[in-house]
Amino acid sequence: MDKVKVAILGSGNIGTDLMIKLGRSEVLELTTVIGIDPESDGLRKAKELGYETIDTGIKGFLERSELADIVFDATSAKAHVRHAKLLREAGKQVLDLTPAAVGPLVVPPVNIKEHVDADNINLITCGGQATIPMVHAINSVQSVEYAEIVATISSKSAGPGTRANIDEFTETTARGIEKIGGARVGKAIIILNPADPPIMMRDTIHVLVKGDQVDEEGIARSIKEMEQQVQEYVPGYKLRQEPIFNGNHITVFIEVEGAGDYLPKYSGNLDIMTAAAVKVAEEWAKRKISQAIV
Amino acid sequence: MEAKRDVILTEVALRDGSHAIRHQFTVEQVTQVAMGLDQANVPYIEVSHGDGLGGSSLQYGFSRTNEMELIEAAAASVKQAKISVLLIPGIGTKQELKHAAQLGAKMVRVATHVTEADVAPQHIALAKDLGLETVGFLMMSHMAPTEKLVEQAKLMESYGADTVYVVDSAGALLPHEVKEKIRALRQSLSIDIGFHAHNNLSLAVANSITAIEEGARRIDGSIRCLGAGAGNTQTEVLVAVLDRLGIKTGVDLYKMMDVAEDIVAPILEKPQEITKDGLVLGYAGVYSSFLLHAQAAARKFGIDSRDILVELGKMKVVGGQEDMILDVAAELAKKLQTTG
Repeated sequence: MDKVKVAILGSGNIGTDLMIKLGRSEVLELTTVIGIDPESDGLRKAKELGYETIDTGIKGFLERSELADIVFDATSAKAHVRHAKLLREAGKQVLDLTPAAVGPLVVPPVNIKEHVDADNINLITCGGQATIPMVHAINSVQSVEYAEIVATISSKSAGPGTRANIDEFTETTARGIEKIGGARVGKAIIILNPADPPIMMRDTIHVLVKGDQVDEEGIARSIKEMEQQVQEYVPGYKLRQEPIFNGNHITVFIEVEGAGDYLPKYSGNLDIMTAAAVKVAEEWAKRKISQAIV
Repeated sequence: MEAKRDVILTEVALRDGSHAIRHQFTVEQVTQVAMGLDQANVPYIEVSHGDGLGGSSLQYGFSRTNEMELIEAAAASVKQAKISVLLIPGIGTKQELKHAAQLGAKMVRVATHVTEADVAPQHIALAKDLGLETVGFLMMSHMAPTEKLVEQAKLMESYGADTVYVVDSAGALLPHEVKEKIRALRQSLSIDIGFHAHNNLSLAVANSITAIEEGARRIDGSIRCLGAGAGNTQTEVLVAVLDRLGIKTGVDLYKMMDVAEDIVAPILEKPQEITKDGLVLGYAGVYSSFLLHAQAAARKFGIDSRDILVELGKMKVVGGQEDMILDVAAELAKKLQTTG
């Protein structure tokens, strides 16, 4: 069975981590890494591993667009707006790991099936990828009136992009909690913790469900099942405690340990983004392959 | 009439005090307090949820009254005083700052953990655009060495802050540490320096005086000590002490005492004192707003609230991580069960 060819646009930390994850995929074949700085660590590493490298950005790739059918964009929100248009015209499927959110928001275990044919999807934020599955898991048992998430990440794994655009994190995550998680009202808080050694990413999900009778058993079961579904593509994702029930207020504690591919293990926040992107791309690839067989 | 002021006070009872009453302020209370403070000639009054704009949440406690209504009410109650708001990036957003400015806020304090100033530039830039006076507010200052504090304060200055504050959120700093930190900032910055204390170790007034002696020009106080933990520097006490020292605040001491006694004292659920948990905050270096949350978690899990606070201190938890209180309490309760 042929694999589907993919390229990574952006040779920073995220792009390089993707490169290592894609090397393990059974349905995706990484062919090309695209950057704008020939001296970057990412491009050098890509060359070492035998991938095609393009150091003239999107323009260089479009001249050789037969190199990939699926493109991961790990550049910036501003650049992605331009890339999205060009790549759509070139007929590519695109995974947007920036906060640009040109396409629909996707959290793999929640709504991947609705977007198997999309030409561009957005992965929201790391906090969204870690918490929206749980909001959805609760909402599928009992209506969620309000969901609030608190993402605490180590200072070392919060890059300059996150820091300069911290409002985008809270606003985009809150939108995802409502649109994808199903909460009537969503809110997000992010905290940076500089402790050394760095802490693992922690996410706390506070939810208020509708109704006086809370189906504690059903909700706890649904949360457990969701934990397993996320673990299929993010092995370091786990519940830190049993969910706490306090009337209609439910609190869920998550920890995300990264796979330690290119980024250190404490960077679970970055790992969950790259892992989710690969998961979506694999679903796309499986569909392309099955269509080709038919 | 413009009073001569050697030191500029900011009254924080209507913001930091929000923690002590679980964010239950009413429009009526805020109006009465703001009017009283204004008549006593207090120059700045801060009004927001205890955790700043957007702080109303399950994590920190929902506000009984929308903070925007409180800000609007305070702004409408004052003649000379200016209304300040607090904004912690990651909790509050630019959107909320714009709204507060429309309602009459004249100053914003953009607060970050002492090592994380670089999440503040976009909020400081917006504040400047809105014509607000802007303060960089470095929380949990006891957690970083002085060189790091200076580096972060310089960042705040470079973003355009008019003042940088050393914020002793845990009430953990000792007088010689305050002296060293303020002195180092005075030598490295050209903008004003401020100091915000908590009275957990009964050092708030002493530390504030030390800060002034080292060149801090702005000091925070909370009337009747209405602030998180054991409260802040008690404003009316500070006014009296500074008056004895010949340092002018421009604030009317007798009027302040009356506001404290007649308007603020009845708002408190119980008089502010240094309880065992308050003391542990300062002793273990833990964010003062954790106090009531830790007590609630201790009741829920049947454990000693001091054990929770000490554990949080060891873990170097930062401001805003209130979710860790439940997490740690659940963990401690589990350990007790297995050993007990």
